[in-house]
Amino acid sequence: MIPASFDYKVAESAEHAVALLTEHGDEAKLLAGGHSLIPMMRFRLATPTVLVDVGRLDDLRYINADNGTISIGALTRHSELEHSELLAQSCPMMASVAALVGDPAVRHRGTLGGTLAHSDPASDLPAAVLALGGTIVARGPGGDREIAATDFFTGYFESALADDEMIVEVRVPAGGAGWNYQKFNRRAQDWAIVGVAVANAGAGVSLVNMGSTPLRASAVEAAVASGASAADAAAVAAEGLQPPSDLNADADYRRHLARVFTQRALNAAGVA
Amino acid sequence: MESITLAVNGTERNLEVEPRTLLVHALRDDLRLTGTNIGCDSSSCGACTVLVDGQSVKSCTMFAVQADGADVTTIEGVADSDGTMHPMQQAFHEHHALQCGYCTPGMVMAAISLVEEYPDLDDQGVRHGLEGNLCRCTGYQNIVNAVLAVAGSGSEGSES
Repeated sequence: MIPASFDYKVAESAEHAVALLTEHGDEAKLLAGGHSLIPMMRFRLATPTVLVDVGRLDDLRYINADNGTISIGALTRHSELEHSELLAQSCPMMASVAALVGDPAVRHRGTLGGTLAHSDPASDLPAAVLALGGTIVARGPGGDREIAATDFFTGYFESALADDEMIVEVRVPAGGAGWNYQKFNRRAQDWAIVGVAVANAGAGVSLVNMGSTPLRASAVEAAVASGASAADAAAVAAEGLQPPSDLNADADYRRHLARVFTQRALNAAGVA
Repeated sequence: MESITLAVNGTERNLEVEPRTLLVHALRDDLRLTGTNIGCDSSSCGACTVLVDGQSVKSCTMFAVQADGADVTTIEGVADSDGTMHPMQQAFHEHHALQCGYCTPGMVMAAISLVEEYPDLDDQGVRHGLEGNLCRCTGYQNIVNAVLAVAGSGSEGSES
């Protein structure tokens, strides 16, 4: 299981990475922590001919708070989110969800920007950013643009990022009080079979592995906003969704799990 | 080919590697440090765990070029030069924390990193922290006991 050959380029800056992406087009992929990309390359599910290593851009590893917004550099590793005192105080949901990703060795390498760019519907942190109402800052040849998390995930492992753009920062509102994350799986360290993220006492609710992208559970949010009980709001969690069927769970079981874990998450987040 | 420099177990090593060379292959095939095992080859089992700049990493899921300039510690590098075992190795020895031994190098490296990262480990913390390391003999109980013995002794920077 050796990956196909590729040319290796070390990016000296985000601008340099964008220039390399512009030069090599869709033949090139960014390499950050590599914990999604390298397994895909080993299985030859991905065969980029150029890898642009952005993993050394330490100036994109930071967590800052300013005027009620938490700004997180794209190369910040999951373990840094997990142990951040700033997040523990200002946005504990991000720290707690980061601590549930994979295992410690995975968290030492995986990055927030990487997991968002990968856009795996089964990943934990995209759901947290969605529920919190976050924003993704992408840098391209024309400069930076902000993409709302709700507009970012466009398809199965597909995002709104252009071939010549990279994520440089992720912003989430500070707070998020009344939050909870439920992750259901059968094997330790595995991806969620179904996950539910609740932020701001049910104002933000998102679902993991319930469709081709991380999903905002708009029907649940609307029910909570109209004063429905957690049980009634959770009852609509799977409405209209087409979750995958795989060896872990068929679609109907996933719909059932979404309803059960949405109610638990809402209850734990303080919604009666 | 890319020229890289790794400080492996305290010794600077210069290597010529293909970009696609995984760190575990550079360690095993180029440097002949075969203590690091390959298990699942897909970042699930942890048999290939080494320390990169002091933190546990699955060396099957990192290209050697990504480690250029880093400190890499393998199981061959944790004992003292006079042969005195690392406290974690000693604890594994005393608690009989191995059966067939295949997972042991990765388990020891992951455990060294774990007690460094989480100062107040309890039984559940050790089990959760080692969930990325599989022992197919299922000898987890004694492994957990060994790690708890080190976590509670303060010998790995833990104050508890």
